[in-house]
Parts: sequence; structure tokens; C-alpha cells
Amino acid sequence: MLFDYLSVVVLLVLGLANIFGMMVLPKLLRPHNPTAQKLVAYECGENPIGTSWLQYNVRFFVVALVFIIFDMEIVFMFPWAVVFKEVYATSGPLPLIEMAFFIAVLAVGLIYLWVEGLLDWIRTIR
Amino acid sequence: MEALFHVATFYVFAAFALAGAAISAFSRRLVYCVFALLLTFLGVAGLYVLLSADFLAAVQVLLYAGGILVLLIFGVMLTHEIADVSTEANFTDIKFGAVISGILWLLLVVYICKVPWAVLDPLPPYAPTTRAIGLQFLGDYLVPFEYSSFVLLLVVLGAATLARKEVD
Repeated sequence: MLFDYLSVVVLLVLGLANIFGMMVLPKLLRPHNPTAQKLVAYECGENPIGTSWLQYNVRFFVVALVFIIFDMEIVFMFPWAVVFKEVYATSGPLPLIEMAFFIAVLAVGLIYLWVEGLLDWIRTIR
Repeated sequence: MEALFHVATFYVFAAFALAGAAISAFSRRLVYCVFALLLTFLGVAGLYVLLSADFLAAVQVLLYAGGILVLLIFGVMLTHEIADVSTEANFTDIKFGAVISGILWLLLVVYICKVPWAVLDPLPPYAPTTRAIGLQFLGDYLVPFEYSSFVLLLVVLGAATLARKEVD
């Protein structure tokens, strides 16, 4: 039923209303009197050095690449999880074995990455 | 009532998608271009839900809004001195470009008007697809499903190779 997605719409609307309430409403209400010290990201604490828009380390990209692959695995698990109970009742542990195999194959990839040290943040050159 | 709700949500999500696409096309800052894509991805996900492609919508949110966008942001943030990078194109021959895109637009409009679109009235009932896909995965397509895990494994190995190159 399409109406079930109403909760998603409500969440979306609440999220947007929240942003409006936190960003736009104070802007309309507060007095406008900035000083250099007030415009710093954290008024108390560390003083920022430079901008936040700087060149990222290439390792973030690699981690994101690996993340997408395991994200893909989760996508494959969705339809399986939806019908698991139903199929389990009729044909026994077949779905369990199937998914165990699926995850085992991908675990080989994860173990490979781990052993090769590609998940280490500080890498030693071998 | 439900048809009205359907049409209203369609226009809202279509507006989301178009607004995000417009921002990413016209923004001068590369970082804003990438972040605007989030709006497009979520808008398209909403449209998928309206087309009762709920699995595709989940994939859109999980993979595109959650994964590909993160990858794109990291990719863009690899750019040296990102704050100074401008996406401003230099319009060398704006008249020529206008003529070409005008012809393309005209062609599209002509063909969109020509196609006999099937108008469904009343709307077909909402039919979720995730369950059917799951049953196929555990039935007829069991072997391709398992095979896809090997494809993903190969992708992991490929990513590992790329990662190792980047370290050296």
C-alpha cells in the first residue's frame, strides 16, 4: 500500500521543518551584530587553521570504494530478508545456507583486504 | 483523494530532482554541485516509490545517496585547492550552442507529443516488488545470485589493487 510511505513523507517534512526552525527562524529573530571572534566556527575551544575545504587524503576514497561494495551486499540481503521466514517454513534451511555462502564469498574479499593491510590507516610500505 | 496525493507527491519529488540537478549544473562551486546531487538522488528515489518500484527506491537511497555520493564527495575533495576551483565554463560560441540545444529540445518535445502515452485511469494498485525479487533469488535465480557474490569479490580485489597503487 502506497499510503504506508506516509511515514517517510512525515519524516521528510519534519526534517525540513527542523532545518527551517534551526537555521531560518533564528536568522529572522536574532540581532545582527557579528564580530570576528563570533564568526569563528567554535567560539570557545580550538582556533581553526585554514579552511575546511582542503585536499583530502586518498585513503578516504579507498575506504569509500570498499564501503560501496559491502553496501551492495546489504542491498542483495534486503529481498532475501523479506522472504526468509516464508521460504524457511516451506523449504527448510536452504535460504540460510544460500546467504551463508554469499557472505562467505564476500568475507574472503574482506579477509584479503585485512591481510594485505589495506584497512590499516597508517601503512607500512612492504 | 489518493490520486490527488499521488499527483502531488509526484510533482514534489520531480521538483526535488530537477532543483538538485539545476543546482549541480549551474553552481560555480564544485562542492555545492556534488552536495546538490543528494537532492536529485532522493527525488528520484521518491519517484521510484510512486512507480511501485520499492526495491529500486531502497537501492537508490542506500547505494546512490549513501554510497556513490560519498565516493563522489571524496573524489571531489581530492582536488587540490578545491575552494578556488570554478566550474564556470567559457562560452566561446553561445549562439551555436543555443541553436544545437534548441534543436535537441524541439526534437524531444515533438517526440514526447507524438508518443501515444497509455493513460492509466484509475491508477493500478501499489504492488511492492521486494518480495517477488526475494522469491526469485531463492528460486529460479539462485545460481546467478550466488554468482553475483563472486562478481563482488572480484570488485573487492580490483579495489584492493587500486588502493595498493595509491599507496606507492
